[in-house]
Amino acid sequence: MKAIEARDVVLSFGETPALRGASVSVAPGEIVAIMGPSGSGKSTLLHCLAGILVPNAGEIHFDGRRIDTLDENQRSALRRDCFGFVFQFGQLVPELTAEENVALPLLLGGVKRTAALKQARPWFERLGLAGLERRRSGELSGGQAQRVALARGLVARPGALFADEPTGALDSLTGEQVMDLLVVSAREQGTTVVLVTHDARVAAYADRQVIVRDGKVNALVRS
Amino acid sequence: MSVPLTLLGLLEREPSHGYDLKRDYDNFFSRGKPLPFGQVYSTLGRLARDGKIVMTEVEPGVGPERKRYVITERGATDVESWLTEPVRAEPNLQTVLFTKVVLALMLGRPAEEYLDIQRTAHLRRMQELTEIKRSGNLVDVMLADHGLFHLEADLHWIDTTVARLDALGKVVRG
Ligand SMILES: Nc1ncnc2c1ncn2[C@@H]1O[C@H](COP(=O)(O)OP(=O)(O)O)[C@@H](O)[C@H]1O
Ligand SMILES: [Mg+2]
Repeated sequence: MKAIEARDVVLSFGETPALRGASVSVAPGEIVAIMGPSGSGKSTLLHCLAGILVPNAGEIHFDGRRIDTLDENQRSALRRDCFGFVFQFGQLVPELTAEENVALPLLLGGVKRTAALKQARPWFERLGLAGLERRRSGELSGGQAQRVALARGLVARPGALFADEPTGALDSLTGEQVMDLLVVSAREQGTTVVLVTHDARVAAYADRQVIVRDGKVNALVRS
Repeated sequence: MSVPLTLLGLLEREPSHGYDLKRDYDNFFSRGKPLPFGQVYSTLGRLARDGKIVMTEVEPGVGPERKRYVITERGATDVESWLTEPVRAEPNLQTVLFTKVVLALMLGRPAEEYLDIQRTAHLRRMQELTEIKRSGNLVDVMLADHGLFHLEADLHWIDTTVARLDALGKVVRG
């Protein structure tokens, strides 16, 4: 069974080849880390898997459905309804409070404001953020902002969470707390996770690691 | 360390005299601590006793330098499995890993594959240590961290070495 699959994905930015036949698959509920040197194509692969970028060749499947052939509107709906995202710099909306940020995917999905905020609030307790609900992103530390971003990524109980260097801007202890919470929360709700990181200690939180080199995926040899 | 296996590996290139083995060992693997002749010959003696090499007396004259050593099937199998097997993922393996990489390149074997296997073993161990951290007390966490940071350093070395394999191959093959 596969939740997410890329088959022979090719993608170039103009003359620059970023992916040259990348294949990878992720089982339902599995946490997979994509590792590799900088510029090897990790983020591009993640963006293809998440329906943000459309490959020049190859296929992307999610839950048994081919998604690279969907049009922009359909992919956008798929991302909103089925996927959560965490990026390196939390990318919280600065004008909104922390709890509004967490509630955002629900609001965008058509949930009423009161209900969305009610669903967002337990995440503050769960991620050690109690008391910070009304803060704006400028009033949060890096680690707090990234935990808010994590809550936002998971609040709508997405089928898959895509995280691109989610600890890249944090010191190692704070990064570990975020990873620990990510793993615990994703496991609790059975969310499949694709995690891009160049950091082996972060990748060690995943169930499995793959390495991207020169736009291709080396599945690590199973010993 | 792995003097017997290193000498066996050197013998897999070609049958050699004891002094050739010592010279190449000192060149590539001894890092400033030359292998005493006595140890070369006692090691070769044990390898011969165990059927991993045989001695041939092909040249006239007297003394040990008339002898050339030839690796046997059993010896070659030892080298093969040593190179292929990842080292147990413990910190501070640089010496063993370095020896394996250089020997693999000398023998024209797939050094990158061995390093990939080693990387996998390292990552697996890092996963185990991370799991211990996630469930253990503070002392466990700190011990696991020590291992994790060292294994991470090994991984950086492995990645850099992979990037340098072509250049390194030219150096060790002369
Ligand atoms: N938007 C873009 N425009 C042009 N080139 C890009 C773009 N995004 C990535 N690239 C190039 O594609 C390659 C892969 O990039 P990326 O997937 O970001 O690598 P990684 O995440 O592993 O560091 C690199 O050579 C990078 O310069
Ligand atoms: Mg990237």
